[in-house]
Amino acid sequence: MRIELTVNGERREADVWAGESLLYTLREGLGLPGSKNACEQGECGSCSVLLDGQLVCACLVLAAQADGHELVTVEGLAEDGRLHRVQEAFVDAGAVQCGFCTPGLVVATAALLERTPEPTDDEIREALSGNLCRCTGYAKIFDAVRAAAAGGAS
Amino acid sequence: MCKRQGGMDYPARVEVLTPRSLQEALALKAERPDARAIQGGTDLMVELNFDRARPETIINLNEVAELRGWSRENGSLRLGSGLTYTEAMEGELAGLLPALAEASRTVGSPQIRNRGTIGGNLGTASPAGDALPPLLVEDAEVELASVRGERSLPLADFLVGPKRNALGEDELIVAVRIAPSGSRQTFMKVGPRNAMVIAVCSLAVAADRERGELRAAYGSAGPVPALIAAPLDERATFAERVAGAASPIDDVRGTAAYRRHALRVLAARALERVLT
Repeated sequence: MRIELTVNGERREADVWAGESLLYTLREGLGLPGSKNACEQGECGSCSVLLDGQLVCACLVLAAQADGHELVTVEGLAEDGRLHRVQEAFVDAGAVQCGFCTPGLVVATAALLERTPEPTDDEIREALSGNLCRCTGYAKIFDAVRAAAAGGAS
Repeated sequence: MCKRQGGMDYPARVEVLTPRSLQEALALKAERPDARAIQGGTDLMVELNFDRARPETIINLNEVAELRGWSRENGSLRLGSGLTYTEAMEGELAGLLPALAEASRTVGSPQIRNRGTIGGNLGTASPAGDALPPLLVEDAEVELASVRGERSLPLADFLVGPKRNALGEDELIVAVRIAPSGSRQTFMKVGPRNAMVIAVCSLAVAADRERGELRAAYGSAGPVPALIAAPLDERATFAERVAGAASPIDDVRGTAAYRRHALRVLAARALERVLT
């Protein structure tokens, strides 16, 4: 079946197998491999994207459900060739080890700061509870989130 | 014909139908009783991704406006089956149904709560369904609809076994109806961490002064989440009663003995919370 959706501000069409996940469509159909495929059951958050502005796991959305909707992936966060401030903060803080969880964490952090510009540590913890870093690099990730929040507030 | 996830060859015969109204959705379900309904997808997508289910027809309920949000009707609340956990955690509804809000906050992660719905919890009917104990202590009724008409039944009658419910093959779960008791109430859940956890066991407790009643409902401690009620003045024996009413099993998440013990502890703590 054919679906039509807005991805990172651009109108896109994709031919999908009706049973496939939005994650599969993004990676294999639309050439957007930034959203990572790991657990395929919503446990790891590596495929976090914004569907109509809401943070979701792309692996748990049926591609057909995204038909007619608006999607922002990690590829859509940078603007005019400039990294999003959350991406900057992750780079600056060294909040990237193997890097596999990073796209999901960046999208989840962007979603958090959109809603809560100055989060407490508890709010960060809760907001990122669905994103696993197997390298366990959480301390630097927290540093990055705090720095991104501080940067946005100034 | 096409190589898909996991490198498997999938049959081309999967069809997704996206009705734009409840009437249309019910007509489709009547035509295709084998169709699986999908709303948030947090359960069904796992089955699809891991090739555990291969339905020929999937009815996507995301575009059915009648199933979204919540409303007041004659002093009672009507929660659309498409109400997400995030919506149940927020604003006025969280104040009206505090135990449901607490339970919703323990579901998965923000990503899961933004998609997962109350209706999905009812449809899956897992003994561990986090929304179910809070709904039981509030005497929730489940509203089902088909082209034949609507019917409503108490949640306790809707849950008929582990992952089994009373939904007819041509029916869809439309809403949950609750007359909020206004009682002090809480929800507690035991698991290895605060997020992304299937309950080892869970408990909702309400102290209903109007009816002079204590009500508790457990999850993950029997084939279905179940309700226990006692007079308000029987507080001293209530925790024991809750633990005794459960029928837990040993499984990968915990032993029956641990679950029974944990329920006793949770009940005592919950009573502290709702009675002081």
